[in-house]
Amino acid sequence: MNGPQHVIRTERIGKIYDSGEVQVEALKEIDLRIEPGEMVAIMGASGSGKSTMLNILGCLDQPTSGDYYLDGIHANELDRDQLADIRNRKIGFVFQGFNLLSRTTAFENVELPLLYSRRPEDGDPAAATRRALERVGLAERMHHFPNQLSGGQQQRVAIARALVNQPAIVLADEPTGNLDTRTSIEIMATFQELNRQGITLILVTHEHDIADYCKRIIEFRDGRIIRDLAVAGRRDAGADLGTGRWPAGGLGERP
Amino acid sequence: MKWKNLIKVAFKSIVKNKMRTLLTMLGIIIGVAAVIVMVAIGKGAEKRIQDQISSMGTNLITIFPGSMQSRGVHMGPDQGVQLTLDDVERIRRNATLALAVSPMVRSGAQIIGGSGNWSTSVWGVSEQYLEIRDWPLSAGEFFSNTDVRAQNKVCVVGQTIVKNLFANEDPVGQQLRVRNVPFKIIGVLKEKGQGAFGQDQDDLLIAPYSTVLYRLSGVSGHEHIHQILVRAASLGQMEQAQAELTSIMREAHRIPEGADDDFTVRNQTDIAATAQETSNVLTMLLASIASISLLVGGIGIMNIMLVSVTERTHEIGIRMAIGARGRDILVQFLIEAVVLSLSGGLIGVLIGFLATWIVNLATDWNTVIAPLNVLLSFGFAGAVGIFFGYYPARKAAALNPIEALRYE
Repeated sequence: MNGPQHVIRTERIGKIYDSGEVQVEALKEIDLRIEPGEMVAIMGASGSGKSTMLNILGCLDQPTSGDYYLDGIHANELDRDQLADIRNRKIGFVFQGFNLLSRTTAFENVELPLLYSRRPEDGDPAAATRRALERVGLAERMHHFPNQLSGGQQQRVAIARALVNQPAIVLADEPTGNLDTRTSIEIMATFQELNRQGITLILVTHEHDIADYCKRIIEFRDGRIIRDLAVAGRRDAGADLGTGRWPAGGLGERP
Repeated sequence: MKWKNLIKVAFKSIVKNKMRTLLTMLGIIIGVAAVIVMVAIGKGAEKRIQDQISSMGTNLITIFPGSMQSRGVHMGPDQGVQLTLDDVERIRRNATLALAVSPMVRSGAQIIGGSGNWSTSVWGVSEQYLEIRDWPLSAGEFFSNTDVRAQNKVCVVGQTIVKNLFANEDPVGQQLRVRNVPFKIIGVLKEKGQGAFGQDQDDLLIAPYSTVLYRLSGVSGHEHIHQILVRAASLGQMEQAQAELTSIMREAHRIPEGADDDFTVRNQTDIAATAQETSNVLTMLLASIASISLLVGGIGIMNIMLVSVTERTHEIGIRMAIGARGRDILVQFLIEAVVLSLSGGLIGVLIGFLATWIVNLATDWNTVIAPLNVLLSFGFAGAVGIFFGYYPARKAAALNPIEALRYE
């Protein structure tokens, strides 16, 4: 059943945080399947379990029950080192706070996953790094430090870093949370372009307008998936940037 | 991660906090510099002692009268069998490995001459004595075999006597009264300076042993001599020469097979070894005191590395999220600690050299910088880095990626 048709497949995974006397059930028997080429938004209030889900999908954490298959690999049987290798090879992370290393150039930040890679068959890391930066349109700024770049540019560097090892999936945790509306849409345009090129994307967001740029929305509440729908009127970020038509009050939560 | 990148990362973080880095390294710098200076001073003292011992004559063998057993009781050296001129004569005739032989008769005496009087040591020796001791004259000449056989009242004097009695005139040719016996000064010894144990080596008068034995009243009435000095043919033959002398002496003293010697044969190497051991202990003591500061420096590194790990928890989280293994993080912080301690060690070596040079200028202590010790203290600094860096690095490597990422 763990054929290549699903990039992500979870079977009744649960997560219980056990802090002595208090037990918190953060995830309850989640079954989730994501196919290659999807662009999924995970939504939910804080405490709904979406962050826990993302941590498990990103192999930063492991479920307390159930099975998780990532790109055909049974991920909850792996030890710390193997999980580190999976994160390195199969997953690209994009965070809300960019999480770039300061005093480290854009080029060096993007190169970092390659330096931790233990695959000798990888080609020239410098060339791969340049390619990744070109994909997000930052080829001219590769020797700038993060504090010399705008927020949107920093997030693009982070996206390039997520792409450089050619992962099976890119996980983005509130990637537009620290950005203004226009820059947010620019980042979404980048994501949509990458998705068109075949990259599978999962975004965690609490903004419906951002979620509307995705193909599918999954909504969490109290550790369960309460909604899993295809986006009906999917928006095109490139077109929105061209027309300049986006909600005047920014991309807030819909009432 | 490749070494090049790891070292680059380590340097980046070290350069980021210049003041803190400097203060952290200070402990190691002081430690390494202290070890180098202390060992240099210790080695200097060692070398000084060695030089003085070899200034007594390098391939010198000395025969002392040994203690003698009488009905199971050991007696003092003076109570037992003494060395005699017959022993000296037998050695002179039979010892093939002896280049020069001299008896030694020692006594203290009041001498009068020149500008006043002086109390000094009087040594009776053979005409080969200066050759044995490698001791040149600064003026005049030494007495000859003829003087020894004729018991001539001639002598050579040391520089201390010249300074005290003949400050303004040439002592050679002057008369001197030793215990009221008149002696003619025929030579002056070159200055030898202070001995290994602080004694003045220039405060002495040397005369033919025969004259001292038979002409100076008050010196042992019979042929008792205190030592026999022998110069061996070469340093390499010291042991054979010693064995040869022992067998000649045993025969001369008619010691039966299996019985103990009633004399002691000793060479400079034995004395040198003892002195060496003493000064080695001194050097070790100095080095171990200095090593403590190196250890304290190590604790400083551990302290700052722990701070660094806490400060960079978020960075560690990022690195782990993009695929760094625990080992990668461990090695990164370990290298940082080692770079810190080795840079400190390098600066410490330079400061140690400088401080040694200043000690050399400011005091009259000898200092010797031993390359092996410099290397050793530098290596020790590196080892301190690994040892004290391991715990913080281990702590960093064991961080939970999620918690580390959340840490601000």
